[in-house]
Amino acid sequence: MKIVFAAMAAVFILCIVVICAFIFARSVPAIGEIGLFEFLFSTEWTPNNTPASYGIGTMIVGTCFVTAGALVIGVPIGLLMAAFMARYCPAPLYKVMKPMTNILAGIPSIVYGYFGMMVVAPIIRDNFGGTGYSILTASIVLGIMILPTVISVSESALRALPGTYYEGALALGATHERAVFMTEFPAARSGILTSVVLGLGRVVGETMAVVMIVGNSTALPDSLLDGVRTMTSHIVLELGYATDLHRGALIATAAVLFVFILFINLLIAAIRGKGRAK
Amino acid sequence: MINNDLKQIGYTRGDKVFPKFRVKDLDLFYGNFQALKSVDMDMEANEITALIGPSGCGKSTFLKTLNRMNDIVPGCRVSGSVLLDGTDVYGGMDVNLLRKRVGMVFQKPNPFPSSVYDNIAYGPKTHGVRKKSELDDIVESSLRQAAIWDELKDRLKKSALGLSGGQQQRLCIARALAVRPDVLLMDEPTSALDPISTGKIEELAQELKKEYTIVIVTHNMQQAARISDKTGFFLLGELIEFGATDEVFDSPRDKRTEDYITGRFG
Repeated sequence: MKIVFAAMAAVFILCIVVICAFIFARSVPAIGEIGLFEFLFSTEWTPNNTPASYGIGTMIVGTCFVTAGALVIGVPIGLLMAAFMARYCPAPLYKVMKPMTNILAGIPSIVYGYFGMMVVAPIIRDNFGGTGYSILTASIVLGIMILPTVISVSESALRALPGTYYEGALALGATHERAVFMTEFPAARSGILTSVVLGLGRVVGETMAVVMIVGNSTALPDSLLDGVRTMTSHIVLELGYATDLHRGALIATAAVLFVFILFINLLIAAIRGKGRAK
Repeated sequence: MINNDLKQIGYTRGDKVFPKFRVKDLDLFYGNFQALKSVDMDMEANEITALIGPSGCGKSTFLKTLNRMNDIVPGCRVSGSVLLDGTDVYGGMDVNLLRKRVGMVFQKPNPFPSSVYDNIAYGPKTHGVRKKSELDDIVESSLRQAAIWDELKDRLKKSALGLSGGQQQRLCIARALAVRPDVLLMDEPTSALDPISTGKIEELAQELKKEYTIVIVTHNMQQAARISDKTGFFLLGELIEFGATDEVFDSPRDKRTEDYITGRFG
C-alpha cells in the first residue's frame, strides 16, 4: 500500500513539475526574443503589425485594477459578514446563511459572468455611461465571487479564538461591538489576512467571468468605466489562433500569472507562519 | 476627597448606610439548574472578601453576578437584588458602566494579543480617553499600582503574550485598574501560577485593598486565611457560613464548614 501512496504522490509532483517545465520552456525563448523589459512594461500589443509588438503592460495593469477593485468591494462586505455570522447571527438565521454562502462558493464562474453581463453591465451602462463592460463591472462581480472565501475563512478565524479575549474586553466595560471589532478582529488578524489573500488569488486567476464582462480592450484605461484586459482574459481570447512568437508570448503571459500566484501563496505561508509563531 | 470618605464609612442613601455590595436573597438558575440559593452577603469597602468552597459550589457564579458577567451565559436567570452603593445592578443600570466600576481578573491570565501598552490602554480608550499624554500617565500609574512597572517599563511595546504567567496576571490586574474601578473581582487569580508569583499577587491584593474593595474566589484555603478579612463558605449553591476570616477558620459555627476547612472533603 505504501508504494501506491508514494506513486500517487509522485504522479502529483510530476504534474506540477511538467506544468512548470512546459510553461517556462515555452516562455523563456519567447521572452528572450521579445526582451523581458519590453514584454513586461510595453503597452503595445500588436501581433499583426510588422514588426509585431508584444507588450503585456496593459494586461498587467488591467489585472491589478480589477483585483484592487474586487478587493475594495469584496473585503469590507466579507469581513462584516464574517463578524455577523460568527458573533451576531441568531442560530436559526445561521442555519440558512451558512449553506447560502456555501452555495455562493459553488456557483460556476460562467454563471457569475452571465449575471455580470445581464444584470450588472446594463446597470452600469444606464447609470454611469460607457459600454457597461468595464473595470467597475468586473470589480463588482469578482467582489461578490470572493465573498464566500473571505467570509468562511475569516469566520473560522473568529470562531477559533478563545472566549477569554471577548470576556476580558467585556469585563473592562467594552460593548459587544467594541469587543468584537477592537479585540477579536486584531486577535484573529492572521486568519483574516489569509482570507483576503486567498480572495486575491481567486481574483487574479479568475478567467471565465472576467472575459465576459471586462471589455477586453488592449488600450490603457482612463477611468473605471473603461474596459481592460486581464492577463487571464488575454490568454483565453487569443490562444486559439495564435502561432509562433504570438503563441510564445501568450504562454509567457501565463508564466507571469504563475509567478503572481506563486507570490500570493508565499504571502499566505508567511502570514500563517507568523500567526503560528505568536 | 469626599469619595474617599464615603469609601471609609460606606455609602449613605437617605438615612441608610450601605456597604459596597449588598446581596439580598439572590437566586440564580442555569436553565433548570439552580446554581445559587437565596444568598445574602455584604461586602465592605477596603476589605478583602474571600469566597471558598469545593468545585461547582457556585462561588465563581456568585462572583460573576457582581459585574453581571453571567449575562453572557445563555439561559442564565437571576432573581433577588445585588446593590452596589445602594443601587441594584440588575435594575436598569448600564452594564458597561457597571463593569467599569467593578473590574475583574480571571482564573487564567488573559492579556490581549497586543503590546503591554495597548493592553492597559484598552480600557481607558473604551471609556473615551483619547489623549496620548493622558493614556501614557494611566499606563504608568496602573502598572505601578500592580507593582510591575519596573519589570515592564522597557517592554511596553512588546507583545504581552511574551510575558511569564505571573507577569501576565499582574498585567491583567493593571489592565483592570486602568479604568479606575471601585471594586476588583478576582476569580482564582493564582490557580495557574507558581508559588512566587502567587506570593506577589497576594501582597498586591493587600496593598490594593487600601483603595479598592476586593472580592476573591480561591481554591486555596491558606490563601483565604492569609489575605482576607471576611470569608464566605459556599456549598451546593448555598452560602453556608460568612463572617470574619479568623472566626470562620478558628471556630466555624457550621459543621460543614469545619469539615471543609479541616480537609475532610472537597
